[in-house]
Amino acid sequence: MTVDRRWRIGLRVLGLGYLAALLLIPVSVIFYRTFEHGVTSVLDSITTPQAVSAFWLTIEVSVIAVVLNTVFGVVCALALARGRFRGKWLLDALIDLPFAVSPIVIGLSLVLVYGTNGWFGSALTNAGIQVIFSFPGIVLATIFVSLPFVVREVTPVLREIGDDQEQAAATLGASGWQTFWRITLPAIRWGIAYGVVLSTARAIGEFGAVSVVSGHISGETITLTLLVEQRFQNYDLSGAYAASALLAVIALATLLAMTTFNRRKEESEA
Amino acid sequence: MIAARSITKRFGEYVALDDVSLEVPDGSLTALLGPSGSGKSTLLRIIAGLELPDSGMIEISGTDATNVPPQRREIGFVFQHYAAFKHMTVRDNVAFGMTIRKQPKDRVRDRVEELLGIVGLAGYADRYPNQLSGGQRQRMALARALAVEPRVLLLDEPFGALDAKVRTDLREWLRRLHDEVHVTTILVTHDQEEAMAIADHIAVMDHGRIEQVGSPLELYDQPANRFVMGFLGPVSQLGDKLVRPHDIAVLSEPDAGTFEAQVTRITYLGFEVRIDLALDGQDPVTAQLTRDEASQLELTAGDIVWLRPTAGTPVDSIPGDAPVTTVPAAAADDAAE
Repeated sequence: MTVDRRWRIGLRVLGLGYLAALLLIPVSVIFYRTFEHGVTSVLDSITTPQAVSAFWLTIEVSVIAVVLNTVFGVVCALALARGRFRGKWLLDALIDLPFAVSPIVIGLSLVLVYGTNGWFGSALTNAGIQVIFSFPGIVLATIFVSLPFVVREVTPVLREIGDDQEQAAATLGASGWQTFWRITLPAIRWGIAYGVVLSTARAIGEFGAVSVVSGHISGETITLTLLVEQRFQNYDLSGAYAASALLAVIALATLLAMTTFNRRKEESEA
Repeated sequence: MIAARSITKRFGEYVALDDVSLEVPDGSLTALLGPSGSGKSTLLRIIAGLELPDSGMIEISGTDATNVPPQRREIGFVFQHYAAFKHMTVRDNVAFGMTIRKQPKDRVRDRVEELLGIVGLAGYADRYPNQLSGGQRQRMALARALAVEPRVLLLDEPFGALDAKVRTDLREWLRRLHDEVHVTTILVTHDQEEAMAIADHIAVMDHGRIEQVGSPLELYDQPANRFVMGFLGPVSQLGDKLVRPHDIAVLSEPDAGTFEAQVTRITYLGFEVRIDLALDGQDPVTAQLTRDEASQLELTAGDIVWLRPTAGTPVDSIPGDAPVTTVPAAAADDAAE
């Protein structure tokens, strides 16, 4: 199909303009505002005890959530792509729940279940475990919102490669476990990598659900996104910009990793 | 000996195998031949342990293997689409079964070299499967299956994904390999020419049943029923006889016992010439002549000729109501499975 030259240019301008207005300009403004008063003030602002604590909290929470979601995601993907069991459609539908439900509702539901007055609240309190307004709650909320990515990336890859290779390995004497490590896992590794990157991006950037369960205890339960909001609410605009810039840098690194993995994935499938 | 005894397998309502029994002698090359949906692949997968039968029993070398998992059946399985381990080199593919069995490294290395030599991939050990052609991939898959010294080699449409030339080369190569290695082999195919060209025994299957087991010649000359007759090669009915295309003499003059027919189409297939003919009140007939015979008759489409069966089977003597086909079975079934 040949499109008129003017149309082609027009469409390109429209596409790039849309991206620029929504993404490029706001992100650039953040970077501009961040470094407006020099690098030193930025460094000071992101090395305050609160900022450092928020940074490490974000990293810790994300690592735990992503590791758990990767293990769960691969098991689930195997069940969906290979398993034959009743209620498979239900599992399939439930996995998308975190996409469908607003994060703030997820946060509230966690409070209802694990909060002091929640279902498990008294049992947990008696056991001396505090979930809500504490580290475990933030981890739970983050796991919940980033749950679907690995499953959704790996399942189609498993379906695509089929089970021929796994069956061949079985006839050659490999146990289920050996087949998984030697055949299945290498075949889906780029799918997993891509899913991990997406989960990481989501986990680091999560705000709504974490905001509900965090309790906003400065230096303890404040993640990077919450720090941005807190500084913004306190009219510490340059501080908010600096924290945002840090988040944006992490996001850009993730994006870069994602592009690389995606290319590797396409290459290995070719 | 490999034996299947009264195997029945259903997929939901669909009966894939209906009380099937088969014995495969040691050292033989047996073909399971049938159209798509005949149950031949399912039977092979049950022998391999990749599917479990609903009822019945599988015996390998006299022992009950019905509930033995595929890992411990000592089989080699070759898939239609190669099932190459894409992330491994040819060497690691072939070595896989031996590595799993934790055999000594130098022994594995020697055996892999030997097998790659046998299958003609000597210089290819460090390549990846996607750097090989289809035929090479399938030879690699064969080497991989043979590496574990299986008691039986199971081939599921092994040449089905290859183009015609490679297919013919590989099946002759497989026959020679079998004469050298002597491993009991079961081959699933929908191509009757392939089965006849390489198998000692053929089991013809249809609708989840085995219709007949025998040598290629027995099946061709003494088919048990019309389905087997039609599946092993084209058949036409001429008067009260079922005849093969090469059992029809084409004459330019009428004679006693001849049938008048009109030439509808002449197809030159190299040495062989195929002539489609229309008869009054009968189904169309295909005759096969040599190039010389055809050129002596100087036929063109539209000519009137007379046909005489030179051999054939009386219609009443062969059971079955399966439609007799004038289309070569392989051509009709090329898109199978």
